[in-house]
This record gives sequence, structure tokens and C-alpha cells, in this order.
Amino acid sequence: MFRFVLGRLTMAIPTLVLVAITVFVLIRLIPGDPAALMLGDASDAQGLAALRERFGLDRSIPEQFAIWVSLLFQGDLGRSIATGHEVLPSIIDRFLVSLRIVVPAIVLGTLVAVPLGMFAAWKQNGLRDVTLVSCATLLLSIPTFWMGMLLLLLFGLHLRWVPIVGYADFSEDPKRAFVYLVLPVLTLFLHELGVILRMARASTLEVLSLDYITHARAKGLPEHVVMWKHAFRNAFGPTWTLLGLILGNLLAGVAVIETVFTIPGLGRLLVDAIFARDYPVIQGCLLFIAAIYILVNLMVDLLYPFFDPRIAAR
Amino acid sequence: MNKSGINLYIGGLLVGVLLVVALIGMVWTPHDPLAMNFAARLAAPGAAHWLGTDEFGRDQLSRLMQGAATSVKISALTVIFAVVSGTVFGVTSGFLRGWVDRVIMAVNDVLLAFPGLLFALGLLAVIGATEYGIILSLGLIYMSSVVRVVRGTVLGLRTREFVEASAVMGNASLFTMWRHILPNCVAPLTVLATSICGWSILAESSLSFLGLGVAPPAPTWGNMLASSRGFLDQAVWLVVFPGLSISLSLLGINLLGDALRDLLDPRMRKRA
Repeated sequence: MFRFVLGRLTMAIPTLVLVAITVFVLIRLIPGDPAALMLGDASDAQGLAALRERFGLDRSIPEQFAIWVSLLFQGDLGRSIATGHEVLPSIIDRFLVSLRIVVPAIVLGTLVAVPLGMFAAWKQNGLRDVTLVSCATLLLSIPTFWMGMLLLLLFGLHLRWVPIVGYADFSEDPKRAFVYLVLPVLTLFLHELGVILRMARASTLEVLSLDYITHARAKGLPEHVVMWKHAFRNAFGPTWTLLGLILGNLLAGVAVIETVFTIPGLGRLLVDAIFARDYPVIQGCLLFIAAIYILVNLMVDLLYPFFDPRIAAR
Repeated sequence: MNKSGINLYIGGLLVGVLLVVALIGMVWTPHDPLAMNFAARLAAPGAAHWLGTDEFGRDQLSRLMQGAATSVKISALTVIFAVVSGTVFGVTSGFLRGWVDRVIMAVNDVLLAFPGLLFALGLLAVIGATEYGIILSLGLIYMSSVVRVVRGTVLGLRTREFVEASAVMGNASLFTMWRHILPNCVAPLTVLATSICGWSILAESSLSFLGLGVAPPAPTWGNMLASSRGFLDQAVWLVVFPGLSISLSLLGINLLGDALRDLLDPRMRKRA
């Protein structure tokens, strides 16, 4: 087990370094003086000189990278051109907002889709299986932003059950904050439901075709014992991996949902920064989301042996 | 008819309709998609404008047809870019191995380390949100999946007798790759290319919805939906038709992809 954890950690570190290099290079691909780009229209000779000194922009590229990484370790991602605020605290604030949509949607999606996927596999090719798979395919063919708009039309404008758009902080008004999050979470939940259900069904079908399941059935075990005690843990492994990928993808992809419901999340911060050509924020968001993605997948890998102990043993 | 057959027919039909509408949209539309007519502003679907008009009185059917053409063009070019470059790198990496393999896979792993659209967004920030910028950035992120699939297939093939026989006969590596290895990659590539087609239509619509796609007034399904947000309570047709176009296209591609996967990969038949 120790070797397994060590192996996964040593795989994640080079990936993080390569991602940092890519983000560093990407921003330096933009033609022009990086200091002028980072200061924007407000740049003056004194400000430019100070920034060049701070980031070592007058030195060689490897030296610049070393300075950038050392500042990174101190949590210094620079300041936003548009707002003047420090980049890292802004990113963390917005990240927490995005998490309030993404995490409940994934948790609810998993709780509903995994049993449904297993049920569909259990009833393979029956009417209930075909109905569930058709619904799942339909759900994942609907783009989240359109789904969000349709839900807004129905529940916000037509039925008037929830406010149309907006955002409130839980610390200020928990009830309002909850109500504002209902539709965005529902939108993501419905989309992820389709994705997770199909994966849960496919992996359950794979497991149900294995000899040990045939053996369990031949012993006369009741079907619910076969499904939950013998099939579930093995079948959940691939779905568990998928959840890590979904979480990471959503941190970048949630921008469309945040746009529909005007929620000030991390995705929206990145898109607004691209519009404003706010390069320190763009660089910070790219690095932060990619790092979270790698870390989440590392956690997923490390927890995988809980569902399939063979992985750690290999 | 079995499930794969139904998927193939429905998926094929929807994709066929998309292609026909896109092709017609490239050369002809009932009205000029950019012509404004304030007298017909936010007109409901009717005889004059079958799918209604937008806030500038522009005919929505014409804009949807041109949007289909844009989506298909971007999607097709993205698929070509991703599949061609991914196949070249994948075959080279898997066949030659050694340092070439290590370098290609290291670069590929960096692309795969960025979630979903993130790398595309970063690249668009650098090169600008133009049609070719979108194709390049989407093509690069989907290329990484192609490289992985092709390399995996090639690794499984390079020790097979027919490949070794080709080397023994004195054929050059390039000839062996082209004549003997590449044809064996066609089945997995066809399935993956169908998926990339769907991903790129969705990604292009999402980028357009965010304002990072093809710039208005040129119509795309994504920017039509984005501009409809201000008229949710007045013109529901502005929300329904562009979204329906994206969803039906994605549904067709997903069904076709499922059917092709079942046909070309018999191991998946049971699971599907």
C-alpha cells in the first residue's frame, strides 16, 4: 500500500511541474512586454520597472521561471489588472462559490445515478433498462446552459417557484443563498445523472459477466446480495474514477452555468479575465484549476483501493 | 431490429439532417441571416418567419441554418486536425518507441493534465477567439485522446507477425506504418472521431455562449442562445430552437457513436 501511495505521488509531482511550465510558457507566448501586459493600461515607467524587478522579467527565461515558482510557493500570483486585488485570494473566494454548485450536484448525481445504473444493468435489455439508458443519453445530449435556461423558464418565469437569477452568501442570508443555488445544482445534477448512469451501467454489466458473480448466483444467493455485496464495490471503481474527472472538468466547464444564473464563481472569473485580458488572473486560474484537477484525481487514485484492493496489491 | 440498429438509424438520420441543413445553410437561406428588420422585431413563428425573429428582426431559421454550417465546419476541421495530427504522433510514438515516444507522451500528458475546456480557454486567451483559434485549441485538446488511442493500438500491433514480416522483407518503417499498421487503427479512430465531433459541437456552442466563440453578428447556436437570455419572458422561441438544434445534433452523434462502437468493437456489444 505504501508503495502504491508513493508511486501515485511521484506521478503527480512531475505532472504538476509540467503544468506550471506550460502555464508559464503560455502567457509568455503573447507578443509584447510581459510587464506591460500584466499592468495593462495603467502601466507607467516606474510601475513597469518595479514589476520587472519583482518577477525578474529582465533576466533569462529559466531564471524568470525560478522566481515565478518561488513566488508561487509564497502564494503570490500577482495582482489583477482589472481590480488591483491579489489574485490568489480572489481565486479561492470564487472557487468556494463554484464548489457550492459542483459538489452537491456530483454527490446527488452519484447517489441517484449509481443505483439506477446498476438497476439498468440488472435488467439489461428490458423495458426499464432501455428507458433509463434512453433518458441518460437524452440528458447528456442537452448542453448544460440550455438545460439551465429551460429550467429557468419553467421554474423561475412560468411557475415562479424560485428566483430567476442571482447569488447570496450563506453567511449573510442562508435561506436566500440556498434558494438561489437550487436551479444551478439541479441543472448540473441532471446532466451528470446521464453521464454517471451510463458509466455505472457499463461497469456493472462488465462485473456481472465475471465468473465470481455466476458462482455467487449458483450458490443460490438472493439477487440483492449478489448486486450489493458482490457486484457493487467492483462496479463502482470505474464510476469513482469518472467522478474525479467530472469534478475537474466542471471547475472549468461550470462557467456556462455561472453565466446563465449570474453566479460569481471561478469559471466566470476566468472568462471575465479573458475578456479583460487580465493576464495575472488568467495565469492564476489556469494554474489553480489544473492543480486542483491533478490533486482531485490523485485523491481518487489513492482512495481507489477502498473499492478494489487488487489495485494496491499490483 | 436490435438496439445498435435502432441507434444507427436514428443517429444516422439526425446527423444526416444536420449535414443537409448545414450544406444548404452554406449556400442558401430563406432570408439574409444578418439583415435587420425592426418592423418584425421578436415576431413569433408564423408564415413569414417559420421559426420567428430575434430582437433585431433577423430571421431565426436562416440564422439557425448558418449556425449549423458554422458548427459543422468547425467540428469537421477540429476532427480532421485532431485525428490527422493525433494519428501521426500516435503511430510514430508507438512504432518507434525510445526517446521519441517519451517526448511525445510527455507533451501529450501535459495536454491531458488540463481539465476539459481549460486548455482551450487558456489558448484562446493567447491567440484570440477567432474561428481558426477555436479549431486549433479544440483540435489540440482532442488530439491528446487520439494519440493515446492510436499509440495503444500500435503497441498492441508492433510485435504481431505481419508487422515483423514486413520488416524482414526489408520494408521501410514508414511503409510498414502506412501499409500495415494504420489500417488497423481505423476502427478505434472512427469511434473516437464520432465522439470528437460531438465534443467539438458542444465545446464550440459553449465557447460561443460565453462570448469566446465566433464573434457576432455571425450566427452560431451558442451566441444565439446567449443573446436570447435577455428575452426569456418575451420570445421563448429564441431559447427553444437553437438549444433544440444543439441537442438533436448531439443526440444524433451520441447514438451514431454508440452504434459504431457496437459494430466495430464486438467486446462492447454485450456491455452496450
